[in-house]
Amino acid sequence: MRSVYLDHAATTPVRPEVLEKMLPYFSEYFGNPSSIYKWGRETRAAIDEAREIVAAQLGCTPAEIVFTGGGSEADNLAIQGFALANQSKGKHLITTAVEHHAVIDTAKYLEKLGFTVTYLPVDEYGLVSPAQLEQALRPDTILVSVMYANNEVGTIMPIPELAQVCQKAGVAFHTDAVQAGGVLDLNVEKLGVNMLSLSAHKFYGPKGVGLLYHRKGTRLDSLIHGGGQERGHRAGTENIAGIVGLATALELANQEREETNQRVKGLRDQLILGLKDRISEVKLNGHPTQRLPNNVNVSIRYVEGESLLLNLDMQGIAASSGSACTSGSLAASHVLLAMGIPHEIAHGSLRLTLGRESTAADIQYLLEVLPPIVDKLRAMSPLFPEGEEKDV
Amino acid sequence: MYSEKVMEHFMNPRFVGEISDADGVGTEGNPVCGDIMRIFIKVDAENRIADIKFKTFGCGAAIATSDMVCEMVLGKTLDEALQITNATVAQALDGLPPNKLHCSNLAADALHKAIADFKERQVTLETGA
Repeated sequence: MRSVYLDHAATTPVRPEVLEKMLPYFSEYFGNPSSIYKWGRETRAAIDEAREIVAAQLGCTPAEIVFTGGGSEADNLAIQGFALANQSKGKHLITTAVEHHAVIDTAKYLEKLGFTVTYLPVDEYGLVSPAQLEQALRPDTILVSVMYANNEVGTIMPIPELAQVCQKAGVAFHTDAVQAGGVLDLNVEKLGVNMLSLSAHKFYGPKGVGLLYHRKGTRLDSLIHGGGQERGHRAGTENIAGIVGLATALELANQEREETNQRVKGLRDQLILGLKDRISEVKLNGHPTQRLPNNVNVSIRYVEGESLLLNLDMQGIAASSGSACTSGSLAASHVLLAMGIPHEIAHGSLRLTLGRESTAADIQYLLEVLPPIVDKLRAMSPLFPEGEEKDV
Repeated sequence: MYSEKVMEHFMNPRFVGEISDADGVGTEGNPVCGDIMRIFIKVDAENRIADIKFKTFGCGAAIATSDMVCEMVLGKTLDEALQITNATVAQALDGLPPNKLHCSNLAADALHKAIADFKERQVTLETGA
């Protein structure tokens, strides 16, 4: 049986070139970077070099990078760390209804601490507009956090325009760029953001390492207190191999970005067309063009997502769904619901995310395997009107 | 995450379908939580379940519990069928993950509703109303 991995938005494999760069930092160069002797100087140099590589990729200075234990920690540090350090200026934050839980749940936690949060609604494509943001700003707004690209539906937010609204109002702007890493332009000057979060394992780096860019002058409280590493922003002995892996992976991804995006986008469009062609009542979720080149998210009416995933898994295909049953809660995806998609259709969503190793044969295999699965599940579904076919 | 028995009933359910002249039909669940089950029963002169079919929109556990309930009550009297509980269905499937237990609630409830529907129809027939 074929094995086809179509869940690159969940995680990606570490590239061999990345692993090769990481390996010496487990046993050969193991010194604590805070130590003054040779062992420490060697690993300190590796971290310094990694920070410079990353800074070059983002168009910022090395001092503006904080390495973290992943994307979620970077989001927590940005939002919680900023809010706590700047609460004397105001206690209002703005974010959107479609953020990753690392942002939404941090915002909810801050509400418990006495902050007020506005969750901007989105349109049918999952977009917020600069005008909408402008209207939501208050005199006591201190921070706005809007994701660069949505992890479920792949919609790309107009970050430069949104950041400009904040710049004019003198409000800090953070973007969760976890899904955009290695795929979209991360130049922080062009984006105009004050803070940006990334996670290495989304762009063929290792898990457990990420970063927060914070523009010079952005005050942050640390979430992890201790030895003063990362200029006091993140205590704990550095994950040297992870940091080296992150920098290598980001540099490689950016070098190949245009070429990979072009190829993957071709496969994506082939997949979307194929699904629409071979399965009735399929609706594309998210923006038709303003979307990540590797993201396909469709709702397949009358079937439930987890049932689809289990059947695909039996055929060797890895995919994801916004169904309640796959999230551990009883509610369908907050992203799809915020876009106005009805519950029963949100439960039938299927996310297929391509990667650099995806091939046309993978797409072909999925397009052969999926239609009979849908037929089988629809034949079981009390919602499916037999003998009728209509467009959604 | 699912037992082999759940996967077997999910992948190869034996009771999928509808009974056009059913004696009782029960529907449970709603699209908001992502599960809808409909159970159709045929009842013979001795008050036994002579035939049973289901249609389910839902996750693996929802489909497997639907099929299991049908298997458990086929040929049983209505009184015996009413003894089936959420717990016995889950047990017959070698257990369900904790967050899936609500699915087995739906299967037993849909069955009980189908039996209630049958009894209601009997009353209607007898009183001629």
